[in-house]
Amino acid sequence: MAIKIKGITDVASVKIGGPAGAGVKSTGLMFAKTAARSGYQIYDNVEFPSLIRGGHNVMQINFSTEAVTSPRKNSDLLVAFDQETIDLHSTELLPGSGLIFDSDEKLNTSELKKDISLYGIPLYKLAKEASEKELFTNTVALGAVIGLFGGNLETLKQLIAEEFEDKGNEVIEENKKAAQLGYDYVLKNFKESIKEYLKPIDNFTSPIPYMVLTGNESVALGAIAAGMQFASIYPMSPISNILHVLATNQEKYGYIYKQPEDEISAINMAIGASFAGVRSMTATSGGGFCLMTEGYGLAGMTETPLVIVEGMRGAPATGLPTWSEQGDLQFVLHAHQGEFPRIVLAPGDIKEAFDITMQAFNLADKYQTPVVVLLDKNICENDQSFLFFDISNYKIDRGKLLKEKVDDYIRYKDEPDGVSQRAIPGSGNFFLANSDEHTQVGYSTEEIKDRKEMMQKRMQKLTMCEASDMQKPQIFGPEKADFTIVSWGSNKGSIIEALKSFRNVNFVHITWMNPFPADSLKKILSESKYILDVENNYTGQLANLIREKTGVEMTDKLLRYDGRIIYPEEIVERISYIEGVETI
Amino acid sequence: MKLEDLHTPYSPNWCPGCGNLNIWGALKEAAVKEGWDNTNTVLVAGIGCHGHLLNFTKITSFEGLHGRAIPVATGIKLANNKLNVFVHTGDGDCLGEGGNHFLHACRRNHDLTILLHDNALYALTTGQASPATRRGVKTKSTPSGNPDEPLYPLAIAIAAGATFVARAYSGYMPELADLMIEANKHVGLSVIDILQPCVTFNKICTHEFFQENTYYLREDYDPTNRRKAFMKALEYGKKKIPLGVLYKVEKPSYESEIPQISETPLVEQTPNIENIDELFKKYT
Repeated sequence: MAIKIKGITDVASVKIGGPAGAGVKSTGLMFAKTAARSGYQIYDNVEFPSLIRGGHNVMQINFSTEAVTSPRKNSDLLVAFDQETIDLHSTELLPGSGLIFDSDEKLNTSELKKDISLYGIPLYKLAKEASEKELFTNTVALGAVIGLFGGNLETLKQLIAEEFEDKGNEVIEENKKAAQLGYDYVLKNFKESIKEYLKPIDNFTSPIPYMVLTGNESVALGAIAAGMQFASIYPMSPISNILHVLATNQEKYGYIYKQPEDEISAINMAIGASFAGVRSMTATSGGGFCLMTEGYGLAGMTETPLVIVEGMRGAPATGLPTWSEQGDLQFVLHAHQGEFPRIVLAPGDIKEAFDITMQAFNLADKYQTPVVVLLDKNICENDQSFLFFDISNYKIDRGKLLKEKVDDYIRYKDEPDGVSQRAIPGSGNFFLANSDEHTQVGYSTEEIKDRKEMMQKRMQKLTMCEASDMQKPQIFGPEKADFTIVSWGSNKGSIIEALKSFRNVNFVHITWMNPFPADSLKKILSESKYILDVENNYTGQLANLIREKTGVEMTDKLLRYDGRIIYPEEIVERISYIEGVETI
Repeated sequence: MKLEDLHTPYSPNWCPGCGNLNIWGALKEAAVKEGWDNTNTVLVAGIGCHGHLLNFTKITSFEGLHGRAIPVATGIKLANNKLNVFVHTGDGDCLGEGGNHFLHACRRNHDLTILLHDNALYALTTGQASPATRRGVKTKSTPSGNPDEPLYPLAIAIAAGATFVARAYSGYMPELADLMIEANKHVGLSVIDILQPCVTFNKICTHEFFQENTYYLREDYDPTNRRKAFMKALEYGKKKIPLGVLYKVEKPSYESEIPQISETPLVEQTPNIENIDELFKKYT
């Protein structure tokens, strides 16, 4: 593989860039799936810096024979659909790497270093040759990339047939031709430059190839797999793709997706549906969650199960709509007035997002309280490859849900675990789900006895959850190490890569934010001499949470609050400076 | 079912003479007539004096947040479209805090019955102007007279797409009970603007005022004419407040057009995930 950093997984990397509408993302995804079907594992990073001249999109696809968990700073091949891509990204090309561009366009490549190979291809002209009606320039380029990397064109053609199935045979054939023309052009003109990075892996015999998907998609799939029956989600970057997937598949899988008028309605509709007895969810980003905060506590007070997905982006206000941040941790932990059991879980990658989403539905039902799945934009919108999801071990557990009529039913009966039988309207059982403080039946009350009883009952659920469900932080690298990285969310991928460069550094990945694994974390951190906190925010919100819960202070912090992903190279560089760290 | 079956251990805490007492009475009367009970009916309320009703009525209910009764009710209806879903809301709750939800529920024609307890001010917070307060009226928040024009909730409902739009006066209890039954039977979004006095804080909209200034629409009134209904909904003044069904059209409700619940309500279905692998395969 091409990009070699001591210790870190060798990957090959292609970056595709162009104006919005040039099909950068769809081209990139086709390439990623071609790689996955050829036996390679992938991680891609999508960036669309909307503030630079009318929407410049780039996507970097990294692939390797081993698991790839993060992007790289550099690329082996840049596919430029416009001058801007060359100007902005050619510095990321390492010596010996190459640039694909349209040789008929007047693009300026004079600034490029001498050791970069130029692959001028008449993309537009070949696209016209493939189809007179539509322009498949990106497919020509894709064929060329497959050619340059020694890939199997038939794999791409098969993918084209599947992806364009709805668009008809003509479109499929024209696209196949476009890919063939790009491929042939490379074989004819740049045969000596072909590097077989994408040569199909011979012993890759798995009948089902890797899945390639984003966190948004894995959350939607996780929700469906968990038996979710109602979702009301208002569109917002970066989570809109969750609702796209849910909207598309609702009839087949029998649940309802409803687009509400705003996020306030979204959460209240989901609460209503859950109260009526079906698994419900909503999703939003930080700004939408601001509107949902009142509903968040309503679910807590009425003890209504609810899964809320919060995909963070740069904030405050409208902030950086298309960039990532981890600035909402403390917000989600404290949102809404007063106190109620908030379960907050933060997955670190796309598969974890899938698993935690499924788990969140069981937890919400078990504890009859809202569960937040906190994502960041890098998880929401980047793709990674995983072995085909297996849900055979998952059991839908609706907890103490009661659909039949029982004698002397008491909705908020004070039980030792804090969880009472939850009847549904229409079951014949009478009760009130009340946003006012209430008695065990649900009647409004302001009596001291009732208030104390209900507060203790609700908060008891968190204690129970901590004792029976909370998971310890995951440790990567040596169990004990002098140097420890602490982080959460999508940084996981880059840190796991960076870790491979060192001998005596480990990484503690935290997914349970509330309840918080304070004791186990304190024990882990007490073994370490130097703790580096890595986060995508300004104040080190996780570091503050750790100090609050354990009293442990971080030695150092690597914080990025510019919306950009933290690359493994940055982490390696930062750790290398620490005295006593042993590099591999 | 008897009237007593609907009683809870709590007695109403509204002021003597409050219009809510009549609305509560009418609801119970209609419930007994129609058999609305815990097997088929759910009440949802927002926050305001109206919301207390849930504590005195033995039908399973959800007391939500201020302004948010409608979306909760919408979620309930989508999850279990067999239920009769009643939304109790106030003029502040429905037209102020929850105005957006009201618009969109009308637009979508959800099969809900919205009972708008309209006393033309905020009563639970002790007498401030609401979106239904007439211009010039002095309240605690408008000591020099309300500078704002009022909203006409039924005109909004008609404009937004509600398919059953009616007005009642709380004092005419038997008629109100019958109207509630008719509204519930209507498939689609029903709104009843229930004019009610706040005997403590509203010294203008009293029982006497409503009795003097309201009138029932004539028998030959055509409630299917949207343009005329809209004009009626804007009518207000001395002896000029119309009561009865202003607008009624047949149109498929939102719920009736969802294939997933065309046969069985969601809550009675088992999630259909047996062939989930087919969906996963799309991502390979």
